[in-house]
Amino acid sequence: MRLERRHETSRTALALAPIGAVLFTMAISALLVLWAGAPVSRTYALLLQGGFGSVFAWSETLTRAIPLILTGLAATVAFKARLFNIGAEGQLYAGALAAIAVGGLHGGSGFALSPWLLFPLMMLAAALAGALLLLGPALLKNMLGVDEVVTTLLINFIVLLGVGAMLDGPMKDPTAMGWPQSVGLQPDLELAKLVAQTRVHTGLLWAVSLAVIVWALFKYTVLGFDIRAVGANARGAGFAGVPVTRTVVSVALLSGALAGLAGAIEVAGRTGYVTLDMSPGYGYSGIVIAMLAGLHPLGVVAAGVFVAGVLVGADTMSRAVGVPTYIADVIVAASLISVLVATLLTQYRVRLK
Amino acid sequence: MSDLLDILANPAFWVAVLRIATPLIFGTLGVLLCERAGVLNLGIEGIMVAGAFTGWLAVYAGAPLWIGVGVAALTGAVFGLLHAGLTVGLALSQHVSGLGITLLATALSYYGYRVSFPKVNTPPTVTPFAPMEWLPIPILNAQTALTLLALLLVPLIGWVLHRTPLGLAVRMVGENPQAAEGQGVSVAATRTGAIVAGSALMGVAGAFLTLSAFNAFFFNMINGRGWICVALVVFASWRPGKALLGAVLFALFDALQLRLQQSGDAVLPYQLYLMLPYLLSILALVLVARKASYPQALMKPYRKGER
Repeated sequence: MRLERRHETSRTALALAPIGAVLFTMAISALLVLWAGAPVSRTYALLLQGGFGSVFAWSETLTRAIPLILTGLAATVAFKARLFNIGAEGQLYAGALAAIAVGGLHGGSGFALSPWLLFPLMMLAAALAGALLLLGPALLKNMLGVDEVVTTLLINFIVLLGVGAMLDGPMKDPTAMGWPQSVGLQPDLELAKLVAQTRVHTGLLWAVSLAVIVWALFKYTVLGFDIRAVGANARGAGFAGVPVTRTVVSVALLSGALAGLAGAIEVAGRTGYVTLDMSPGYGYSGIVIAMLAGLHPLGVVAAGVFVAGVLVGADTMSRAVGVPTYIADVIVAASLISVLVATLLTQYRVRLK
Repeated sequence: MSDLLDILANPAFWVAVLRIATPLIFGTLGVLLCERAGVLNLGIEGIMVAGAFTGWLAVYAGAPLWIGVGVAALTGAVFGLLHAGLTVGLALSQHVSGLGITLLATALSYYGYRVSFPKVNTPPTVTPFAPMEWLPIPILNAQTALTLLALLLVPLIGWVLHRTPLGLAVRMVGENPQAAEGQGVSVAATRTGAIVAGSALMGVAGAFLTLSAFNAFFFNMINGRGWICVALVVFASWRPGKALLGAVLFALFDALQLRLQQSGDAVLPYQLYLMLPYLLSILALVLVARKASYPQALMKPYRKGER
């Protein structure tokens, strides 16, 4: 078996590849549904309905999509420059904790300032916390050649333990009946609801705006060009005069900041405080979303909504027919692998010989 | 200080060290085999989850313990074959393929667990491996046969890698696949074989947890052990003997933090002790980074006739 590069890649094929891959994944996953002893068509119908079938479903899906779009953007920015940031989970928690540290209830850890001043400070602190967390691994990679995948992965565990220590200690909510939960955010720092009676909040506007900003950055700025050059070939880019270290540092700061903001926006828009289970792996799902989107910032919005819909729909479906919700994680992970293969097949043709 | 000496003088401490080290030895050898052939395998974390689950499920369903270990190895091998297909066959990014396999293997295991035990809150247990009390070697005789297997695999894999034509082929495809191909070695077949064998070891690493260290399957039971194996391989400079040393040193610190945490007079939050293993892994990566001699073709896909 060998791969032969196709002379030209059709744009239609490239756009259809993710859809075909997801359909293929759903077909394979049907076997798992059968194993659980549930009717396949009804299960999938319930999954779709639970994720996209009503105003309530859409509101839940979009709420869930907000952190996913942001961590998806974080992965996109980093992966474009071949900086494999697998630490978005930790960066999200660091951002959430920083947000509370600035904007926690008075008497908690926050400051008694005007919300007009405090809100930008809170977001800035969260972005900075996430950014700084990725700076170390990025520099270690660039200067010493330490593989950033392993360091960012290990830092996730360290951050979660650190957050746990803070929630048991200095930032613990004394009224939480012993639950490891942080003090609450000042109510005037909370993000407004986008639709009354639902949980969708203005964080969605943040996520979509940031996707557009990242897209414009890639397309129209020198930094965007440098990022693509470093991602394509770091050595070559260096010879061609691209400031490689500066680009990698910028990418690390930007990627970490996006993941940090995801944490702050979750706190300000949804939870109001930090707990150790506020993210069911948004950081890792962000990687999948970035790949599903082919590292396209606007595609990340679509992929984020799709993955959120599958996750939300799985909850509803599981209650109705008893297929474990983990089916959603299987579909998401298998979609990642099939999209990679499908995208490859748009560029190469497999010759059996 | 005397506390520390008391801990180190206690045989029970060293029994714990060896027990903590065992899955790391299996896992590190597994990663080492893949990387020596030029392929990073970040699927390890998920493959360990899958091995822990399927090995345990087989024994729970009535299979003998060793069959359970075999099932775990087979599970690992299947995921290894998938990784080989994606990275060797299709030349996809080794990072992304490995992470995808970790996510997939973990999700499949959790799904399988929930389908098999829909309404169970306390995980069902099996009778795990018994300690090798017949063995006249202290500390080792408090371990199970899987630990002995892990210890024996170290010299075996070292011998195969450095003293046999097969090992030479594996190292060649990891260092210079063009040259290997010129010598008539099939790069694709050798890499696939190494990944499948390495992944089987990762599966056994997981099964050790459910069939020897514990007697049940828990969510999050691997808890980053796989990533630590990836770090240990760098620390070991891709040598099996040093991998054993690294795993034991690492387990020593891990066991030590457990004791310090339990000794009651801990002044620091317990989470800080739990951070130590991860901090040590990063430190090890940084310390050896300068002189790390990565297999030259690691993470470089190879296509026949392309440079």
